[in-house]
Amino acid sequence: MSSQTTSSTWVNTNHPTPAGRPPASQVGVVGWLRTNLFNGFFNSILTIITLIVAYFVVTGAVRWLFNAYWAPVWANRKLFAVGPYPVDQLWQPALVLFMVTLLFGLSAGRWGSFLRSLAIGLGALLGVLALLPLGTQAQLVMAVALGLLIVGFVIGLRVAIGSRWLVLAWLISMPVTAVLLKGGIDLQRIGITWSFAPFVNPGLYGGLMLTMILAVVGITLSFPLGVLLALGRRSKLPVIHYFSITYIEVIRGVPLITILFLAMAMLPLFLPKGWDSPSGLVRVLTAITLFSAAYLAENVRGGLQALPKGQYEAADALGLRGWHKLRFIILPQALTKVIPAMVGQFIGLFKDTSLAALVGLLELVGVARAVIQQPEWLGVPGGVAKEVYIFVAFVFFIFSFGMSFASRKLETRLGVGKR
Amino acid sequence: MAGHALTDDIIVCNAVNKWFGEFHVLKNVSLAVKRQEVVVVIGPSGSGKSTLIRTINRLEEHQSGEITVDGIPLTRDVRNIESIRMETGMVFQQFNLFPHLTVLQNITLAPIHVRKMKKKDAEALAMELLERVKIPEQAAKYPGQLSGGQQQRVAIARALAMRPKIMLFDEPTSALDPEMIREVLEVMEDLAESGMTMLVVTHEMGFARGVADRVVFMDSGEIVEIGTPDTFFSAPQHDRTKLFLEQILK
Repeated sequence: MSSQTTSSTWVNTNHPTPAGRPPASQVGVVGWLRTNLFNGFFNSILTIITLIVAYFVVTGAVRWLFNAYWAPVWANRKLFAVGPYPVDQLWQPALVLFMVTLLFGLSAGRWGSFLRSLAIGLGALLGVLALLPLGTQAQLVMAVALGLLIVGFVIGLRVAIGSRWLVLAWLISMPVTAVLLKGGIDLQRIGITWSFAPFVNPGLYGGLMLTMILAVVGITLSFPLGVLLALGRRSKLPVIHYFSITYIEVIRGVPLITILFLAMAMLPLFLPKGWDSPSGLVRVLTAITLFSAAYLAENVRGGLQALPKGQYEAADALGLRGWHKLRFIILPQALTKVIPAMVGQFIGLFKDTSLAALVGLLELVGVARAVIQQPEWLGVPGGVAKEVYIFVAFVFFIFSFGMSFASRKLETRLGVGKR
Repeated sequence: MAGHALTDDIIVCNAVNKWFGEFHVLKNVSLAVKRQEVVVVIGPSGSGKSTLIRTINRLEEHQSGEITVDGIPLTRDVRNIESIRMETGMVFQQFNLFPHLTVLQNITLAPIHVRKMKKKDAEALAMELLERVKIPEQAAKYPGQLSGGQQQRVAIARALAMRPKIMLFDEPTSALDPEMIREVLEVMEDLAESGMTMLVVTHEMGFARGVADRVVFMDSGEIVEIGTPDTFFSAPQHDRTKLFLEQILK
């Protein structure tokens, strides 16, 4: 075989060459240790130092975790879940939870893929909550929600519900949530008032529920707005083009917290005279949506620019125009390309909802701040801030991780980065 | 192609000029293509041959001169541009299939949304066209799963699905591996045989010789010479044509 280098013609008579194995020193546990941790003097030192540091961090953390004072979190579990929502009307948020878990189950069954893994995660969470001694009613609610998730999943698997209907159901679920939580419809301005329960002031919505409302509504509203702004920025009409650029650059040049404060102070100025000034919830939602849309617009613009010119030309040459070109050729590809960036943006938005605490909303961080101030815990040495904030961080992490996980699965499924 | 009834002119370019910035890409180009005629445009790269056929369906805008396609003047009027694009199919060097759609969806998209065809009818048409380009078994695949030659044949089927009167080919075989050029050229030959009006930019001299009714030679933005394949290849008139043919036929 080695004669190939010396003779001018050579034919591989051994073809095909049988598969061989790599040398033993490069495979197995020892091989892995050697190549990854101890390949050389410097790396061996680094490995040892890292092990020592890790030992102290882990033992310290575990010791603290078992001696931590979790009573404030446990005693305020209702506050962390729904905030100061009236206790005798808690069946209303419960109904919302049922609706959402049922829809989630249906979607997971129907659409499958990463939603299925998320549904398993959500189911496990609900199951754990149902088993914890939260209180009979709360445990019952969690158990029913878990049941609906499973029922929805099975129905979704068996029945071929049109995707369009499922999307529509999700969109309708948002105003339905608003009505359920409010206890009816209270639009005195246009003469509609209807109630099935005493009205609940939105100022009483709180906890994880409020965080979720802010995040979900913020994401749902800022997404189309961001796409419009991105398209506007590429528009050939100067008015739209410059409006979009100005909007995006101004919003991106300002911290969210200032926009929140401005929305609290200024939103009423833009409404017609005589209108009720909007609730803090609406103001914060407006601020978050407008803020997030500007960043999304830049992400989407990246996707639009990454699309090869040939795609636009092929669509043009076929006579596809305007809406059709956008809907079937441009947006599906542009948005797919920027899923990681967009999910990053959504996770950011989800965490940014915590800033609403600073303008007085009792979402998770708002509740945490209130709990720390409660007189019962004043005598606790060192205060209870550590435990309370760690709990809140943990809750944020669970949902952010879920989103991040979903995004990775979605990328693999849509084949982003494979091309 | 003798035997074709060559009737009136379907594409007329009259003194067309185009600049890219300062660069004069098309210089007073005048060309008429008759119905059912196959015209092949050849020339060195940068000679403006691609630009010429891209101005015909307004992928590039010309700055002076007139272009008329099937009696429709190509102006800034969006309706005229749309009508012309519905009458002309285009095949690109890089295929430009929609990677997120299956082969079948690639072909049916425009008929459904531009021609307002029923989905079922569009799919039947698509399958018929896939038979014609000899890859019906690939209908459910995505473009990324096909070879270059197969992709280009899908692109031809996609353009044909709009029932165009004219097909424009912009170097359809230049991005293909050598062993796949033949299968695409065969489809194009069949198409010419069926009486389609074709304007083809290509480097395939065999195709020009065998299929074209006329050959157009362009150099630095101008049409240098037009002739039937016989006279063009055996007795080129212009020095630049001779030089070009010498270089490529060596």
